[in-house]
Amino acid sequence: MTKDVAAIAADRLVKIYKGGTAVDGVSFSLPQGSITGLLGGNGAGKTTTIAMIMGLVMPTSGQVSVLGVDMARQRHRVLHRMNFESPYVDMPMRLTVRQNLRVFGNLYGVADVEERVRDLAEQLDLVEFLDRPTGKLSAGQKTRVSLAKSLLNRPEILLLDEPTASLDPDTADWVRTHLENYRRARGATILLASHNMAEVERLCERVIMMKRGKIEDDDTPERLLERYGRETLEDVFLDIARGRGEAREAAQ
Amino acid sequence: MSEPIVAYSAFSLRRIGAMVQRYYYLMRSSWPRLLELIYWPMVQMLMWGFLQSYVDQNASFFARAGGTFIGAVLLWDILFRGQLGFSVSFLEEMWARNMGNLMMSPLRPLEFVAALMVMSIVRLAIGMVPVTLVALWLFNFNLYGLGFALAAFFANLIFTSWAVGILVSGLILRNGMGAEGLAWTIMFLLLPLTCVYYPVSIFPDWLQTVAWALPPTYVFEGMRALLIEHVFRADLMLKALALNLVYFAISVVVFLKLLDAARRHGSLIQTGE
Repeated sequence: MTKDVAAIAADRLVKIYKGGTAVDGVSFSLPQGSITGLLGGNGAGKTTTIAMIMGLVMPTSGQVSVLGVDMARQRHRVLHRMNFESPYVDMPMRLTVRQNLRVFGNLYGVADVEERVRDLAEQLDLVEFLDRPTGKLSAGQKTRVSLAKSLLNRPEILLLDEPTASLDPDTADWVRTHLENYRRARGATILLASHNMAEVERLCERVIMMKRGKIEDDDTPERLLERYGRETLEDVFLDIARGRGEAREAAQ
Repeated sequence: MSEPIVAYSAFSLRRIGAMVQRYYYLMRSSWPRLLELIYWPMVQMLMWGFLQSYVDQNASFFARAGGTFIGAVLLWDILFRGQLGFSVSFLEEMWARNMGNLMMSPLRPLEFVAALMVMSIVRLAIGMVPVTLVALWLFNFNLYGLGFALAAFFANLIFTSWAVGILVSGLILRNGMGAEGLAWTIMFLLLPLTCVYYPVSIFPDWLQTVAWALPPTYVFEGMRALLIEHVFRADLMLKALALNLVYFAISVVVFLKLLDAARRHGSLIQTGE
């Protein structure tokens, strides 16, 4: 696979459920090695977009490909090169951390599972919890276990849905640092859905703002701040969520 | 970027093994799960075993012949527990909210089904082997004495249980946990229709046609032929196998269609009720 192929390419993605349109004509292309934030309020279509990228949800129309592979039809050709982490999906609670990581290591075909589990446990400060049932861990420890699971196969594409939700500021900062290091070391592509603007501002070189299933804006954090005349991405987010961006553009 | 450390494969025994390993860890972590595997088969076998003993002392030759009640209950449990073993392993993933992790992993749907089939046999063995030994000790009924016939009965019953288990799993994937009740109840629809405890001949003609469309009917008729007339009906077993192959293939196709429907409707990311 060459570098010319987009890591993730969404082309006029539409998803219509019985209750309405969740995603409405979303297109973007993420180059390999990039880190991008997907922002939007509740119901903006972030989770559905990520689910379509993972192939868990089929688009009503349009296409999404990962490393050149059509995710609606051939997702199994590329799933071993991707991984994800989300607070809305749990690891089996009765299994110990080691057992969970071993099972997923085998599912992802990791070459030396035991060594990889040991490495990740050291990197993510999980050594003392390895033989504890996952359900007995604190929220922060569980997030680190999910993160370890998402890094088991050294993914080229990492999809993160609210990776620091429910974490204290210290742990959240620690997770962000780890993600930055991983991306730098592996050259991985990261797509990050988050409500945490400071997190996106710190980690992401590009931000895609979604509202009511559409992309409202798509640029670097610096250019978004400049365009909206704001100090923080949170203010930009509020402008977009409350329609002030449209009003400003109309006035101009 | 360096080469990925893993490679794509269309069907992987390692991934199936990983899922079996996951269920092994789960069972090892919870003794009530293990106890539950033995509890109901034991209760059923004891109840029907004592009834058989009572009939043996008081009824005619045909009612007494060869432990048909206890044989029927043990074979019925293979059918029922086989399906339950498949479905409960599947439900464990729904209860654990782990389905997203699995569906996003390289595990392929048919590998998942294969792992569930393995677990169905493992759970069945844990539950049934002690029960058959107690039946031998208490009621002098040796299920293993059926020899090759037992293998034919078992193969046909387990095939039916998998077909039903696969279908139920597809329905739960598509419709969410609201369909969980099917896993516990659907097999009881087959209990009266497959003539577990009585011969097909007592049915009216139209209902006999329905019964003969169900593979387990051939097994229970075959069991009665063996225990009462001491004849192994290979013809019945072959017909059951042919029907099973058709139903199994249909259930796999329907499962894959329901999985596709679940992906279209977004059910895989909403695994609640």
